Amino acid sequence: MSLSKDTVLPRLIEIIEPFNKKGIALSADTSFARDLELDSLTVMDLVAEIEDEYDIILPVNMLPDLETIGDVAGAVAEIKNK
Amino acid sequence: MPDLFDKFQPLIDQYEGLMASGMRDPFHLKMEKILSPTRAVVDGREIILVGTYNYMGMTFDPDVIAAGQKALEEFGSGTTGSRVLNGTYQGHAECEAALRDFYDMDHAMVFSTGYQANLGLMSAMAGRGEYIVLDADSHASIYDGCAMGNADIVRFKHNSVEDLAKRLKRIPEDAGKLVVLEGVYSMVGDIAPLKEMVAVAKEAGAMVVVDEAHAMGFFGENGRGVFEAAGVEDQVDFVVGTFSKSVGTVGGFVVSNHPKFDVLRFVCRPYVYTASLPPAVVACAATSIRKLMHAHDKRAHLWAASRKMHAELRAAGFTLGTAEAESAIIAVKMPDQERSAKMWAALIDEGVYVNMVPPQATPGLHLLRCSLCAEHSDAEVDEIIARFKRAAAAAGLPLST
Repeated sequence: MSLSKDTVLPRLIEIIEPFNKKGIALSADTSFARDLELDSLTVMDLVAEIEDEYDIILPVNMLPDLETIGDVAGAVAEIKNK
Repeated sequence: MPDLFDKFQPLIDQYEGLMASGMRDPFHLKMEKILSPTRAVVDGREIILVGTYNYMGMTFDPDVIAAGQKALEEFGSGTTGSRVLNGTYQGHAECEAALRDFYDMDHAMVFSTGYQANLGLMSAMAGRGEYIVLDADSHASIYDGCAMGNADIVRFKHNSVEDLAKRLKRIPEDAGKLVVLEGVYSMVGDIAPLKEMVAVAKEAGAMVVVDEAHAMGFFGENGRGVFEAAGVEDQVDFVVGTFSKSVGTVGGFVVSNHPKFDVLRFVCRPYVYTASLPPAVVACAATSIRKLMHAHDKRAHLWAASRKMHAELRAAGFTLGTAEAESAIIAVKMPDQERSAKMWAALIDEGVYVNMVPPQATPGLHLLRCSLCAEHSDAEVDEIIARFKRAAAAAGLPLST
């Protein structure tokens, strides 16, 4: 089954919700650094959860390019479809 | 005009805040005299050093000093050149020979620092389309080497064999993989379950590097490191190490049995594009390494001192980073930054130097890190414990009794 950014997004937001300590509304445009203000340890836990959910690897070196939830959804779909 | 320093303002504010509280500055301490591997003079007062990496106390060894002095006189103060140009002297070759003998391996390569050894190995060994799999608590030099190269970087949970296995399974089977482990993790002083981890890495077809910076000299029958103590010597592809800890000077190295190892001398940029170590340094290192091969009594004493320190600090009610002494590093946990700084300053007032680990190095933890030396006498350890108790009272640090 082929995944797209849009099909990944709703589940991805569910995974991120427990990390949303500020209780803001999450969307594809939500920025991890600016809006969620996640520290580096939290980012690592979140990345591990996303990896486990989709059974993929999100390489550490890719993370600086993934600014928003939408960016991650796109990356997950791309890796999963490879 | 934008000031490029503006981005550092939060750090400047934090530091100035700490200083404004009248606190002694933990980051600009000056050792006025070094009396021995365990004693120094600070502000005109003698203190006991319990925060150095001088595990085997080799810095004032008479043979080491003599070798350095001879090389300084005969070969001059510096090489003024790269290892691959004019910077390889007889002393560098002898130092690499000492490492080959110490590790009983075919190849050894000496870098100018341990940091550069990791920088060079990580950035050169894995390229685009290949993977480096590293422990989340890896040293900055490993992370920086990864950032310098083009491999995909995969982290696993600190010391978790299960997480390492899970991540290795997700990497394409035919992709080149390098698993990076450390014998002793220096912040808390815990050791890696190398037997299990190396087995998992090998099963996945990965090459394995173990950084033994904080283990060389006193783990294993020959002092080679945790990988020797764990019985996986024939499974490890590279061992990284440093001269700035047990060896007692400065420099870094990689040893290996891989037949093609020497090509790394051309492809490790931190090896090629920097000056080689001064002749006196490699002479001190070679002499020290050869003496460490037979330093069984020192090894035994270091372990006894580390275990005694751990047991007595724990009995006094301090909260420690590990349940038992796993290495020569004993990390004392502090409740917050303020009391960490207070306790550190109280220890200096008592005449004890330990490392105050900045929270940037250990997110979520405030540590006062002690490291033992083979030259710490039993009486010195007793004195350190007594001073710790008095410092805790002075700093208002609650102890659990």
